[in-house]
Amino acid sequence: MKKGTLKQILLITDGCSNKGEDPAATAAIAYQQGITVNVIGILDDDQTEEPEGLHEVEDIALSGGGVSQLVYKQSLSQTVQMVTKQAMTQTLQGFVNQELKQILGPKQSMEDLDPEKRGEIMEVVEDMGETCDLEVLVLVDTSASMHDKLPTVKEALIDLSISLNARIGRNRFCIYSFPGKRKDIQKVFDWSPKLDAISTIFPKLTSGGITPTGPAIREAMYQFGKKSLLRSLRDEDEPNVEEAGY
Amino acid sequence: MKMNQTWKKQDIELKPGMSLNGKWHKFRYMIKRKLGSGAIGSVFLCECNGKEYALKISDNSTSMTMEVNVLKSLQKVQGNRLGPSLFDVDDWVTPHGIKYSFYVMEYLKGETMASFIKRNGSAWIGVFMLQLLEDLERLHQSGWVFGDLKAENLLVLSSPPRVRWIDVGGTTQKGRAIKEYTEFYDRGYWGMGSRRAEPSYDLFAFVMVFLNLYFPKRFNKGPNAEKVLYAKINEVKALKIYSPCLMKAIQGKYQSSAQMKNEIANTMYKAQKTHTSSKQTGRTQKVRTKTKSPVIVETGGIFLLALFYYLSSLLVP
Ligand SMILES: Nc1ncnc2c1ncn2[C@@H]1O[C@H](COP(=O)(O)OP(=O)(O)OP(=O)(O)O)[C@@H](O)[C@H]1O
Repeated sequence: MKKGTLKQILLITDGCSNKGEDPAATAAIAYQQGITVNVIGILDDDQTEEPEGLHEVEDIALSGGGVSQLVYKQSLSQTVQMVTKQAMTQTLQGFVNQELKQILGPKQSMEDLDPEKRGEIMEVVEDMGETCDLEVLVLVDTSASMHDKLPTVKEALIDLSISLNARIGRNRFCIYSFPGKRKDIQKVFDWSPKLDAISTIFPKLTSGGITPTGPAIREAMYQFGKKSLLRSLRDEDEPNVEEAGY
Repeated sequence: MKMNQTWKKQDIELKPGMSLNGKWHKFRYMIKRKLGSGAIGSVFLCECNGKEYALKISDNSTSMTMEVNVLKSLQKVQGNRLGPSLFDVDDWVTPHGIKYSFYVMEYLKGETMASFIKRNGSAWIGVFMLQLLEDLERLHQSGWVFGDLKAENLLVLSSPPRVRWIDVGGTTQKGRAIKEYTEFYDRGYWGMGSRRAEPSYDLFAFVMVFLNLYFPKRFNKGPNAEKVLYAKINEVKALKIYSPCLMKAIQGKYQSSAQMKNEIANTMYKAQKTHTSSKQTGRTQKVRTKTKSPVIVETGGIFLLALFYYLSSLLVP
């Protein structure tokens, strides 16, 4: 089986966007480009119900083909890695489902198969999840209210790299914050296989007043290499030069 | 694609007395009561053809399929059963047309290790250690690592007392990334190693299972996590004799569960011997001969008990 690279944006925020285009729309564009958008909404300790402002979180992930989760900052580490892994499975399963439709017809999906066959297919999905390469662009909201949450975010990201680096497949991470000084996003940490070096950079993050989530996702999209797994899988019928030698 | 965008709990409430029919294999299950619920799905006690089973049901077909795959792999491991044995895997469509996945497994009737030890004393610690290490060894031998080893995933069955695993959802093939873990039991969280599935990962969690018995509210890692762990191990009297082994496991120094099991067994043996001889010295000859046998019965009790249950676990299929 051809090995591909999964691409994800992991958006970590605690509020609603208030500048620029609708983030759900930009997430939909990213998804079209083969980049999954996952969103984690951090709740304040005194927030008990789902706050209005964080409604957006689910919408962005839905149109970005990803996973979303609201969480108190104490459980951020476990959530970040679960969201990332679950989104990987979801993406791969989506791909497998498409293949199944080709074989079995448009109305068929994995759930329509008997449990034994489902088990065999799931094994393939799990194998792919373990061995595929992964690129995660972390997009951290650094608007004022996030200030006291940043140390926890840092811990969670280091923890994420511990989890993902236990996989067989390779990983690359980078971190951007938004709003940037003059631009929509600001590079915090360039593409790298590990995140343990971020300890020194994180305390320097400054916080701004606005939350341009939509523009930030759009910019983030351009930070990935051109080829993506979904794309390459969709275009499978027209083999390109890169695969010809494989 | 039908999958939960978030994994907020969506508990399915099945009422006692109702029945559900499997879509594929057509077995009929009568629900008796709820046993509990986890991150994915709920577990019910049910009856089929006069026998009791535990039935786990969820709308997350993906996760259920992954769990079933693990259970199936474990059935292939020879010897004592690792995890509940699997009876059936099927789907259920409600009268409203909503689809659920479920699987049916052996119903394990038991209590938590904590409540067992509370009633029966910490002499049982060693017994459970040996039993767990033996199961882990067999699991590791067959190419798997338990992953999410924790107090909640263990049950003590009675007569004879035997620890069994219930939730095997975290079980991962060796060399891969641990599928599921709980922070307190995770060596990655404590900064004591990777999250790659290898025997030493389970042995770390194994130590935390026994620490959790004595610190049910758990504890924080603080700035020097390693030190905290050592301090906690040495703080518990009931774990005293095992502490050198527990320390080694925390540091990832055991290559296999078998190695750790041997050292624990040796420790128990030695503890019994030194205990006996220290009681003997300082007594007069006369007194000693008088009390000799009761002393041996008392101090040897721990070890003999352990040995007995260890052996019987080997013999009972
Ligand atoms: N085979 C079984 N026999 C008896 N009781 C069981 C069995 N399987 C599960 N249970 C009960 O049901 C509860 C829920 O189990 P389940 O495996 O769904 O999740 P969990 O271990 O609580 O959590 P998670 O899925 O989040 O790891 C258990 O705590 C246990 O009490």
